[in-house]
Amino acid sequence: MTTIAEPRSPRVRRSGRTSTRGNFELYGWIFMRVSGVVLIVLIFGHLFVNLVQGEGINAVDFGFVAGKWASPLWQIWDLLMLWLAMIHGANGVRTIINDYAERDGVRLALKAALVASLVVVVVLGTLVIFTFDPCPPESPANLLPSFCSA
Amino acid sequence: MPTAPAGTLYRGREGMWSWVAHRVTGVLIFFFLLVHVLDTALVRVSPEAYNAVIGTYKNPIMGLGEAGLVAAIVFHAFNGVRIMLVDFWVKGPKYQRVMLYVVLGLFLVTMAGFLPRHLGHVFGGA
Repeated sequence: MTTIAEPRSPRVRRSGRTSTRGNFELYGWIFMRVSGVVLIVLIFGHLFVNLVQGEGINAVDFGFVAGKWASPLWQIWDLLMLWLAMIHGANGVRTIINDYAERDGVRLALKAALVASLVVVVVLGTLVIFTFDPCPPESPANLLPSFCSA
Repeated sequence: MPTAPAGTLYRGREGMWSWVAHRVTGVLIFFFLLVHVLDTALVRVSPEAYNAVIGTYKNPIMGLGEAGLVAAIVFHAFNGVRIMLVDFWVKGPKYQRVMLYVVLGLFLVTMAGFLPRHLGHVFGGA
């Protein structure tokens, strides 16, 4: 039998942390809002330059991408967009998995696949931005940006 | 573990349906993003490989898909601002329903600006 405190006795405060759960969900909630605001600017800018300006989608080819990434502005823009959008999207999908996948095994498997795809896509995208060669040798000049032949 | 009966409405109306639309558009954008990073990564393979794959996107069906994707992004962005106003603005919860109609209005204006331009590029002529 457990003894209970006498009525009207002061509330017993355990020393230190009363929870072992941490503030992960709070930080996630804040991240969704902060990254969301930044992504509105980054993605609307991306869509304007790639789909609206000039010839729109018809202008997009290797030379177009190489021309953009010749500028550090677009390298940083795309890098930031990649990281923020992938983490924002993965955290959103994590919430949805938690809501609808009721069996523990299914939930774990879906989250493992989610984390794997997050890591693969972010690492691959980052490597591409930083190791990109706008003028690969032995490629026909008409496929390359004009500054390659200069 | 108790399971919820299928096919129920939470509270219906604007609040619930905007939440549903936010989830659906969010998942759609996420899966596009996975594909989009992979296809862009082809620039690291060769100019020919990238141009070949991007070339398969340059047809009316994919052009309409891009229009749908932009629509999903525009809704998700504007409704995201609405969610933040509900969270951080004192009167946000009171005006959440009005704000959804503002979101839908701004969505229509944005798409009215984007669609003629983009469809002109896709179908030629503009």
